[in-house]
Amino acid sequence: MDPEQFEYVRSLLLERSGLVVTPEKMYLLETRLFPVARRHGCKTIEDLIKRYREHQSEAIAVDISEAMNTHESLFFRDNAPFELFKKTIVPELLKRRVNKKKIRVWCAACSSGQEPYSLAMILDDLSAELAGWQVDIIATDISHSVLERAAEGAFTQFEVQRGLPVQYLVKHFTQEHETWRLSSRIRERVKFQHFNLLSDPRALGKFDVIFCRNVLIYFDLATKGQVMDRMVNVLAGDGVLFLGSSESTIGITAKFWPVVAGRGVYKHTGGAPCLVENGAP
Amino acid sequence: MKSCLIVDDSKVIRMVAKKILQELKFETVEAADGKQALDACLVSMPDGILLDWNMPVMSGIEFLRELRAAPGGDKPVVVFCTTENDIEHIQEAIEAGANEYIMKPFDSEIIQAKFTQVGLL
Ligand SMILES: C[S@@+](CC[C@H](N)C(=O)[O-])C[C@H]1O[C@@H](n2cnc3c(N)ncnc32)[C@H](O)[C@@H]1O
Repeated sequence: MDPEQFEYVRSLLLERSGLVVTPEKMYLLETRLFPVARRHGCKTIEDLIKRYREHQSEAIAVDISEAMNTHESLFFRDNAPFELFKKTIVPELLKRRVNKKKIRVWCAACSSGQEPYSLAMILDDLSAELAGWQVDIIATDISHSVLERAAEGAFTQFEVQRGLPVQYLVKHFTQEHETWRLSSRIRERVKFQHFNLLSDPRALGKFDVIFCRNVLIYFDLATKGQVMDRMVNVLAGDGVLFLGSSESTIGITAKFWPVVAGRGVYKHTGGAPCLVENGAP
Repeated sequence: MKSCLIVDDSKVIRMVAKKILQELKFETVEAADGKQALDACLVSMPDGILLDWNMPVMSGIEFLRELRAAPGGDKPVVVFCTTENDIEHIQEAIEAGANEYIMKPFDSEIIQAKFTQVGLL
């Protein structure tokens, strides 16, 4: 691929999803785009890009962006955020939202659904306490294909062995040949929806808890800042934001502040005591 | 250093598991069937047990039931690791006192994830 074409694809990805591809990633671009070229009947990646530039085919742009994005996810990833959600955040919400009896959670880059479904299984454990409450889990992603997979709730044997306690496997999944399918009871707790983090989230409503994990790492500094600054508008005053274990707000935005209690947990800077502060049961 | 007993009638599987577990800083002991495993446990209870299901002499599930009934036998964390990958077997294992369940084929990532889940790592 010549430098001019590389530059073209690089800016296409940056504009569409915020994904940063550095020149060292050229080889990755080539290995991942080759199958896309083939799918669109092109012999080479050069032909694919030429075709896209001539026709501005949305299908090609979508495929390029899907091929380059990392969709890897696992159930109960890093565990600690989920422990905190179960043991501290939900009990605290049960006290603080007792008048509204409503809880809203947003998984902002949900990939194939492991993250929102992990939360849904936790909420299912707490259904006695939550009787009479409305709990919304809104799970969004830029990729239509992962959203479709997520809504199916069908996972491979490999996927159900990564992070998912076997007790949950037995309780909530049924085996359909090679795949393990999540019960409709858990699937129905999650609402999947398309959303690009480069756009304004206010139409999604306000949330008590936001999971935005392992996606900001792919953006450049300016984009990270913009995404987080927009999240400020949709997080409840005492709400919490979870980032991935290698992500942070430091040097990116002054609007979120790390909560000492747990790594990867953030609150509104200068805001009221959030759900994980003096909230430990 | 934590100890892990590897119970499998396949020498190859024991070798693979041993390599993975040693990389995870476990002291490993091996047994080729449930009976050998039980004898090893009665001498000294390991922290963890990686357990195959189908083995000659004494199967994994029979071993597990005997282990849980033995004095001090409630302590080891037992992780099944078997080609039996249907829900009935998994349920039976949990009822017999297994802490986790790995469906073969496995790799180091799965072992690491499961051992972390049950607190061995
Ligand atoms: C590595 S996965 C993270 C999944 C999950 N949050 C976790 O931590 O396991 C990253 C996801 O971010 C999505 N993504 C990338 N850019 C995005 C954007 N601009 N808006 C929304 N989602 C995006 C990708 O499609 C991918 O599914």
